[in-house]
Amino acid sequence: MNYLLFAPEFTLTAVAFAVLGVDLFLPRDKKGYLPALSVVGLIGVFVLSLRYLWGRDTDLYDGLFLIDNFSLFFKAFFLVLGVMVVLSSVDYVKKHLSRPGEYYGILIFSILAMMLMAASGELLTAYISLELLSFSLYVLVSYGRHGLKPSEAGVKYILLGAFASALLLYGISQVYGMLGTTRFDEIHAALLLEGTPLNPAVLVGLVLIIAGLGFKVAVVPFHMWAPDVYEGAPTPVTAYLAVGSKAAAFALILRLFSQAFMPAFDDWQIILVILAALTMTVGNLVAMAQQNIKRMLAYSSIGQVGYLLMGVAALSPLASNGVILHLVGYGGTNLLAFMCVIVFYNATNKEEIADFAGLADRSPFVAMAMSAALLSLAGLPFFAGFTTKFYLFTAAADGGLLWLVGLAITNSLISLYYYMMVMKQMYMVPADDNTPLNVSMFSCGVLGMLLAGVIIIGVYPGPLVNAIQAATKAILP
Amino acid sequence: MDTFDSYVLMALVAIPFVWGVLLAFLPRERLQHIRLTSAAVALVVLGLTAYVFLAYDSSLGGYQLIREFQWLDSLGVTLSLGVDGISVPMVLLTGVVMFTGVLISWNIEYRAKEFFVLFFLLVAGVFGVFVSLDLFFFFFFYEMAVMPMYLLIGVWGSSSDFGSFLRPKEYGAMKLMLYLVAGSVLVWVALIAVFVEGGMGTFSLLALEDVTFSENFQRIFFPLFMIGFGVLAGLWPFHSWSPDGHVAAPTSVSMLHAGVLMKLGAYGIIRIGIDLLPQGAEDWMPVLIILGAVNVIYGAVSAMGQRDLKYVVGYSSVSHMGYVFMGFATLNSIGMSGAVLQMFSHGIMTALMFALVGVIYSRTHVRDIGVLEGLTKRIGLTAAFFVVAGLTSLGLPGLSGFVAELMVFIGVFRDYPVLGMLGIIGAAITAVYILRLLAKVFFGPLDPRWEHVTDATRLEGFSMAILVAFLLVVGLYPRPWMDMINSGVAPILQRVAGL
Repeated sequence: MNYLLFAPEFTLTAVAFAVLGVDLFLPRDKKGYLPALSVVGLIGVFVLSLRYLWGRDTDLYDGLFLIDNFSLFFKAFFLVLGVMVVLSSVDYVKKHLSRPGEYYGILIFSILAMMLMAASGELLTAYISLELLSFSLYVLVSYGRHGLKPSEAGVKYILLGAFASALLLYGISQVYGMLGTTRFDEIHAALLLEGTPLNPAVLVGLVLIIAGLGFKVAVVPFHMWAPDVYEGAPTPVTAYLAVGSKAAAFALILRLFSQAFMPAFDDWQIILVILAALTMTVGNLVAMAQQNIKRMLAYSSIGQVGYLLMGVAALSPLASNGVILHLVGYGGTNLLAFMCVIVFYNATNKEEIADFAGLADRSPFVAMAMSAALLSLAGLPFFAGFTTKFYLFTAAADGGLLWLVGLAITNSLISLYYYMMVMKQMYMVPADDNTPLNVSMFSCGVLGMLLAGVIIIGVYPGPLVNAIQAATKAILP
Repeated sequence: MDTFDSYVLMALVAIPFVWGVLLAFLPRERLQHIRLTSAAVALVVLGLTAYVFLAYDSSLGGYQLIREFQWLDSLGVTLSLGVDGISVPMVLLTGVVMFTGVLISWNIEYRAKEFFVLFFLLVAGVFGVFVSLDLFFFFFFYEMAVMPMYLLIGVWGSSSDFGSFLRPKEYGAMKLMLYLVAGSVLVWVALIAVFVEGGMGTFSLLALEDVTFSENFQRIFFPLFMIGFGVLAGLWPFHSWSPDGHVAAPTSVSMLHAGVLMKLGAYGIIRIGIDLLPQGAEDWMPVLIILGAVNVIYGAVSAMGQRDLKYVVGYSSVSHMGYVFMGFATLNSIGMSGAVLQMFSHGIMTALMFALVGVIYSRTHVRDIGVLEGLTKRIGLTAAFFVVAGLTSLGLPGLSGFVAELMVFIGVFRDYPVLGMLGIIGAAITAVYILRLLAKVFFGPLDPRWEHVTDATRLEGFSMAILVAFLLVVGLYPRPWMDMINSGVAPILQRVAGL
């Protein structure tokens, strides 16, 4: 076995321990080196992954881990995401959190977990990776120092997360009990052999797996935890939760449904269609009523999950491209939106939508970046959101779900309304306190990078889509 | 010249866009520089549109100045640009209205830089729609043209306050935005359906023109285009955003919006709706022509009852767009050509009217017809231009509106004599409210309150004179416009006739 193929994971583990270890010896005023070390480590692993894994198609540990373009693509995506989250945390952690060492260390562990999720080729490996991710997030979510909200968020997330894990495990045991295997390719073969109609016991297992994963990505009706957790968690963690853990779960879902459960497509498609319709509608409708910007973004991200789920329900190479593309585009956009919230919170300690009044006067750049993020989330052109949504919706319609696409587009209209309300605050309502916002050059730089990313995906998606096509080819040849 | 030809359409989109982005990084204090450079850029773009107009060879017809750029193969999207006899006049219209709009915006002081940034992004989107031959990019630019409207109206607009009738500008902005995006929801669904049903894995308009869609498909999806684009074009009963939005918008944005953006909707109906789904068009035309006739009458009657000068112009736009729908619905050469000419003529005319109302409002800070009286004595030039615009609006021979509306009436009378009568009644009502307005606001005794009012500045006079010149030229010598428009309409009619 070629352990070199696992080098990125091993190295990343070493980086995480290095961050935790170095923290012990750094004096309090030198903690600023920790994010720098994390970023260097993540970029190093990024280079290492591309250097050693490019174009490989093999597996490790007898099929537990798959080394293919799909896992490579997501590795690269998660590492870039990790870098951006670390960068957007720097000012926030300095101002609002204690113990930066553990914060960055655990963050890196969770990135490791996401990389493993995208690469796992077997149900239990996927489960263990998912648990590593969840446990890291449980800690990060309750990291806030003050008040009840962080604790409430943490407890809620642990309890419901554990419940979801139990559902998932039960589903896995059901599938194993009926089909006698947990490896994706063997499940595929066993299902083909069984033929239709699907054994009800397997179907129950499948439904439980969907429910378990549905909890993790906040699919309606399993979404109740999300708004409270998003609101209570430190904002960079919220951003990470909204983008990272969702992307990882969707990577797993894509691989699971295409490589393992594809033969039962007709059985699970209808479930996903219903869940998608519910999720996008409820998420967007409830988002309209929110006063807190983080809760609004939480519900809006539930809406986005609905769109992604629609793509999975129309699973085809084109739809898989669409889902991954939208994950990346939505991810970048959401990071940008949350980065604006972070910057704003760092300067004012406020996060209600009404507090954004007059932001266009107080800091035109942040207001512009926030508007770009909101318009992109609403799916307006030249931002990432338009191109990725267009791709995803076209792919879903191509898979025969035109009516659902119609619902999704209608939901986009609803979402535009509540994004506009934020823009109205920023541009049309005068501020009580007109002092310019104090934004560090560093934060402006991070905002600028994210903004550039959102625009590049929007107007020049060609290279990204080529990479995504290569990734899709690995799971749906 | 070949390389120039192959990039000129790209430049039309790119120059305003790049300028809009660049402007965002310039220091806001240099206001005069921002205005001068913006006007220079606008002049260059106007020159390019004039070049496109002159370079288009009407005797050849078809799509010309075609240029394709690879963009996204896996989805069948290419950035393919080209113009035909319908889009060229629209391109010229956009150029003219944009240039005069920049000049009219000279006196904007509040956040002027941001205003021009959004203004140029809007213009880039409008040009993009008129020159795109790919459905993806058509929609891309279509949405891009709608996007800046919210801020342009909400930040720089003005509210209407008549005591019991209060319409804050934020209301107009939000209403306009939601209506237009609701319309584009329908368009988006229909575009995706066309992509899937076409079965060629491409969004290219030229490729999809060769596909014959099944009759059922056409019947179901044509109304989506008709209503979706119709919302932007002010189709009754989806028009109510238009007066509210236009009234709330700042002058140059009203000019661009009523003058050009509403034409995007009409352009979408003919370019995508009728061109791709001719059978559906034929089935639905009786509905469209009735809605168009309602537009004409309803808009005119509503305009009659308004006290706010800008609402009069707003409802008159709704009324005049009705002729465009009626002309389309005839599906014969003279009616459709008349409709396209009406798009051009009305674009220039309504831009002129909004510019004039802007001039009056900036001097008197009042738009109430009941209060404005006898202004001619103080603002003779403005009054003269208003008379020309008004006479165009009511269809006086010798001005562009007459040619266009006459052709539409002839086309309509062939198949629908009753509706044709309604159209003419609409023109008569227009004459009533326009003449009454002219008499009240401009003629009669001068109200002492307006003693100090000054006439249009030279710059304003110059920009409005450009618009007046177009009304006269098209009215007196419509031939080049008609040749061009006929060459664009003919292939579409062939597709309708070839069923």
